[in-house]
Amino acid sequence: MTAGAFLQIRDVVKDFGGHRAVNNVSLDIQKGEIFALLGSSGCGKTTLLRMLGGFETPTSGSILLDGQDLAGLPPYERPLNMMFQSYALFPHLSVWENIAFGLKRDKLPAAQVAERVDAMLKLVQLGKFAQRKPHQLSGGQQQRVALARSLAKKPQLLLLDEPLGALDKKLREETQIELVNIIEEVGVTCVMVTHDQEEAMTMASRIAVMSEGRLLQVGAPGEIYETPATRFVADFIGNVNLMDGTLAVDEPDHVQVACADCSHHVGHGITGTEGMPVTVALRPEKIRIGREAISAPGDAPPQFNRVRGTIKDMSYFGSYTVYHLQLASGQILKVSTSNAERHREHPLTWGDEAWASWSPTSPVVLTQ
Amino acid sequence: MNAATVNRWFGRGWLSLGYLFLYLPIATLVLFSFNDSPVPNVWRSFTLKWYAALASDGEMLAGLWLSLKIAVLTACTSVVLGTFAAFALVKYKRFGGRTLFSGMVSAPLVMPEVIVGLSLLLMLVSMQHWLGFPERGLMTIWLGHLLLGMAYATVIVQARLHDLNPQLEEAAMDLGARPWQVFTLVTLPMIGQSLLSAWLLTFTLSLDDVVLSQFLSGPGATTMPLVIFSRARLGLNPSVNAVATLIILIVSIGVIAASYLIARRERARALDMAAAARA
Amino acid sequence: MSGAMNGVRRSAGKLAVIGVPYVWLLIFFLLPFLIIVKISVSEMGAVSVNDLVTYKDGVLSLSPRLGNYATVARDDLYFSTYLSSLKYAAVTTVLCLAIGYPFAYFMARARATVQPALLMLVMLPFWTSFLLRVYAWKGLLTEHGWLFDLITASGVDRLLAAANLIPAPGQLMNTPFSLVLGMTYMYLPFMILPLYSNLSKMDLRLLEAASDLGATAWVAFWKITVPLSKAGIIAGSMLVFIPCVGEYVVPELLGGPQTQMIGRTLWDEFFSNNDWPIASTVAVVMILLIIVPLALFNKYQAEATEARP
Repeated sequence: MTAGAFLQIRDVVKDFGGHRAVNNVSLDIQKGEIFALLGSSGCGKTTLLRMLGGFETPTSGSILLDGQDLAGLPPYERPLNMMFQSYALFPHLSVWENIAFGLKRDKLPAAQVAERVDAMLKLVQLGKFAQRKPHQLSGGQQQRVALARSLAKKPQLLLLDEPLGALDKKLREETQIELVNIIEEVGVTCVMVTHDQEEAMTMASRIAVMSEGRLLQVGAPGEIYETPATRFVADFIGNVNLMDGTLAVDEPDHVQVACADCSHHVGHGITGTEGMPVTVALRPEKIRIGREAISAPGDAPPQFNRVRGTIKDMSYFGSYTVYHLQLASGQILKVSTSNAERHREHPLTWGDEAWASWSPTSPVVLTQ
Repeated sequence: MNAATVNRWFGRGWLSLGYLFLYLPIATLVLFSFNDSPVPNVWRSFTLKWYAALASDGEMLAGLWLSLKIAVLTACTSVVLGTFAAFALVKYKRFGGRTLFSGMVSAPLVMPEVIVGLSLLLMLVSMQHWLGFPERGLMTIWLGHLLLGMAYATVIVQARLHDLNPQLEEAAMDLGARPWQVFTLVTLPMIGQSLLSAWLLTFTLSLDDVVLSQFLSGPGATTMPLVIFSRARLGLNPSVNAVATLIILIVSIGVIAASYLIARRERARALDMAAAARA
Repeated sequence: MSGAMNGVRRSAGKLAVIGVPYVWLLIFFLLPFLIIVKISVSEMGAVSVNDLVTYKDGVLSLSPRLGNYATVARDDLYFSTYLSSLKYAAVTTVLCLAIGYPFAYFMARARATVQPALLMLVMLPFWTSFLLRVYAWKGLLTEHGWLFDLITASGVDRLLAAANLIPAPGQLMNTPFSLVLGMTYMYLPFMILPLYSNLSKMDLRLLEAASDLGATAWVAFWKITVPLSKAGIIAGSMLVFIPCVGEYVVPELLGGPQTQMIGRTLWDEFFSNNDWPIASTVAVVMILLIIVPLALFNKYQAEATEARP
């Protein structure tokens, strides 16, 4: 935790009657970051966002924006703006009037308002639609108006509530990139809330994974994906194979975990004692599958991990295939292979015996 | 002839008979207002003399004037009080005595008017006894109508408020609007149509009321319905037919025009949204 | 501190929004009821009502007179009038349901483009004067009216007389027949509108699912449509039954000596006999009669507004 971070959330708690929605959350968010709160519904992320916006009051804890304590400030006095999940465009006002709404509340001179609104329309490329009403716009266009409206007042902090939730898949992919570009062009610090991990990982520079009101892990997308801190995080993000075992060898730079089907050599150290129960997390795309086991290149000692099994199931996704390999203990290992070649000789199929191999740097040992 | 067809024709038949039932008395009423006969329900010949007589019917005209004044007063105050009550019920989920409040607001909708009229009158009499006012007349009739009108206005405004997206008001606040500005700039325009409906409905109810008016009126305060009622009690009266036809005509034009305008706006809106989705 | 001030301002706003209508209702709705109860246990003075509580010679005495209630309870006339009011209200409700349910059902199943027009045509009489429409029936059922002639010519009036709905063939006005006909006519829109509102929002795919699972249209109607429209049925029934119990205008214009309705009794006690305590007693008993349906209605109203998606 660095002192003087742009947005400081300190030990925030929110209780609704008997239910604790946000349980002692502390975060530091840097200026200019795009920060995502990720979790499934009910994890407290939206409540936290609403507390930033001023629509809920924390039961305890404090929120400081650029040194200013936001406690007691109603939404209309906070130097931040929010883009709502439903866009919340005023249906009786035109696009132009919607964007101008916040500027007019600040009693800016008309010329300045007009200049700013035009700049915003240009930013989101909706200049031609200025006089339309919201119901005359498509979903994607409405979203851009909502974004322009929330950036019009040059807020110090931009809050996004499930920004892509209302769009269909194709539109979502295009909009993701566009959205990030606009936010970075403007340079505003941004906190977004989403339940969609793809959205979080592609858009945010740092992610906080939340569950049941608590923070589980905070870090860059790559960090969260490749080095999950807990079983929950590993399972929540992407696909993962989780294998339980006991710590057999504990060395500073490598460990060995004895699992039901194999003994993992893991190329990183952990804090632990021999004999303690741990879980090995292994991502499907890190595993190579074939009729022969694969060894390390050259004549390095056989520290490449390997296990044998039968192909129980296969799912073909076009660009990649997922194999479900049943091991001796009954555990299913998910292996994802990209279909790099158009035709393979003797492709693997149901019932085949195969070897799964992975390097010692691939798995992660989890103690929680 | 399969089940679906039978169903459809049965449906059409039932609806037709139903509408016939609803409109036959009205049609008869209108028809016989043009009847040249002291006995309004036996046709003799066509005439407009009953309408001409209305112009010099002092009692009826005075009643109409009084009724209009009360109706406008009632409509305006009902909408204001009804909007307050609707906000209280929709915005504040929990407050002391909410059940009692909710019960008091909706009871006049179904409570027999004789009970409301009697109880209000007795209270106003006590009030007069203690405070010296109000005199029975326009003020007291208005209070009774307001009680009824508020109930209807609350139901209408409450329904619309309930459907309103709460994020709209939050967005307004987020953009810097203070609570009063949120109300005038966002909420009010959005509930505008329901306020108008509430106004029109309470206006009509007040204009038409008999029981409350009778209990609460005083010397010289005879509303138009009371004039019509006293004449109707005595028997059939062609002047009543004439007044009725005029009222029906005005109301019909109003309702049909309003329905047409609303339908047209809805259609335009739907077309806009479809076009936007395709774009 | 700005935050604290805002808190105070927000509370003041909340107090006003709830307080204004609340206080108004307490004064003009609740207080009158309390007064009615008080007067019902008072004695009628020459001009006004004698005070319940008197302070004479240093002695505070309370003198409620339950005699009025005893009178009302003992007198057969009052009892039979209450009963008859409930009876006519119930009959009207059933008739409105019998006519109104299929009506609302077919309205809801009509082509979507036609429905707004159908709805408007039901609303139109509702907006037209209540009083005038009752008066219209007077015209239809009085001697020499065309409907009167139709009924007597076709012999339907003999059927009605046999069923005791009219005292004798040829006398259609001021009878139970004219009363029930009038009340059903007036309250039909009150039954149709909530039913239509309910039925038009029903998901038709439920019926498709039922059909897919082997139910005939008749079975689907009784097992799915009707139960789902229960809320509408209750709302409509309450909207008809409760006001009908205390109806005054329709019984006065279309009813007669055979049709005793408690609304008329109350009116007569007050205006003709000038007996305020008895009128109040009659009113209090009427309230007690309708308090259960009234509570039901209030509960439905609250639930209906909460349940809306």
